[in-house]
Amino acid sequence: MPSRPLSPHLSVYKFKYTLVSSILNRFSGIALSVGLIALTYWLLAVASGARAQAQAQALLSTPLARLFLAAMVIAFCYHLVAGVRHLVWDTGRGLERTTAQKSAWLVGLLSIVLMLLIFYWLWRGGHAP
Amino acid sequence: MSLNTPLRQVLGLGSARSGVQHWWLQRLTSVALVPLSIWFTVSLLCLPALDHATVTAWMSQGLSALLLVLLVLTATWHSRLGVQVVIEDYVHGAGARTLLLVLAGFAHVFLAAAAVFAILKLAFGRGA
Repeated sequence: MPSRPLSPHLSVYKFKYTLVSSILNRFSGIALSVGLIALTYWLLAVASGARAQAQAQALLSTPLARLFLAAMVIAFCYHLVAGVRHLVWDTGRGLERTTAQKSAWLVGLLSIVLMLLIFYWLWRGGHAP
Repeated sequence: MSLNTPLRQVLGLGSARSGVQHWWLQRLTSVALVPLSIWFTVSLLCLPALDHATVTAWMSQGLSALLLVLLVLTATWHSRLGVQVVIEDYVHGAGARTLLLVLAGFAHVFLAAAAVFAILKLAFGRGA
């Protein structure tokens, strides 16, 4: 194969927090892909009857699984808000450096607010698996 | 010295237009996932409990089943496109990359099929 320029050349960039907002979007996306496995497992368990679902529910209630589900909520909130930022970029808006730096903070802030709302709702309702 | 024309030598080396389709589908699925994922999250949070009776009653409603199928298909599609880019970016050996891309593709199709099967089973049957 001919050697052609390959991206990404991560090491040539000076560190900047907008870089973190970018890689977090990728990490949260990968995390949510793993979450799809859990979602499918849960759906199959529900479809297999009450006993299978009770087993799945017990498995999803272990501390490790709760940690995983909490991570899924965090990843979902971040990926959702950061994804909307990308969609705005796709219209050609907000690409200036200062605007992109501001929107990186905005994404962080909004996703934390969303996350807290969900956790508060779960804590108040108390039916987290 | 190659006897191929200059055009022949570059065909297939670039995006050859399929890159736009990948980009566009990722955007299209993300736009669809905004309302679908919010609906799913709010619906789950609004269920009084997550026991079998409550969940099956919710999922046997036509609208819930329909939106769930759409959510699962769109999410696995979006995920497949995203995972593909990650593999292409970070896995450099041609053999390993191809193998991983194929495996990731199979895994996503399997997840989509299994999830849709589960949803339809609940929507059409009594869910055992």
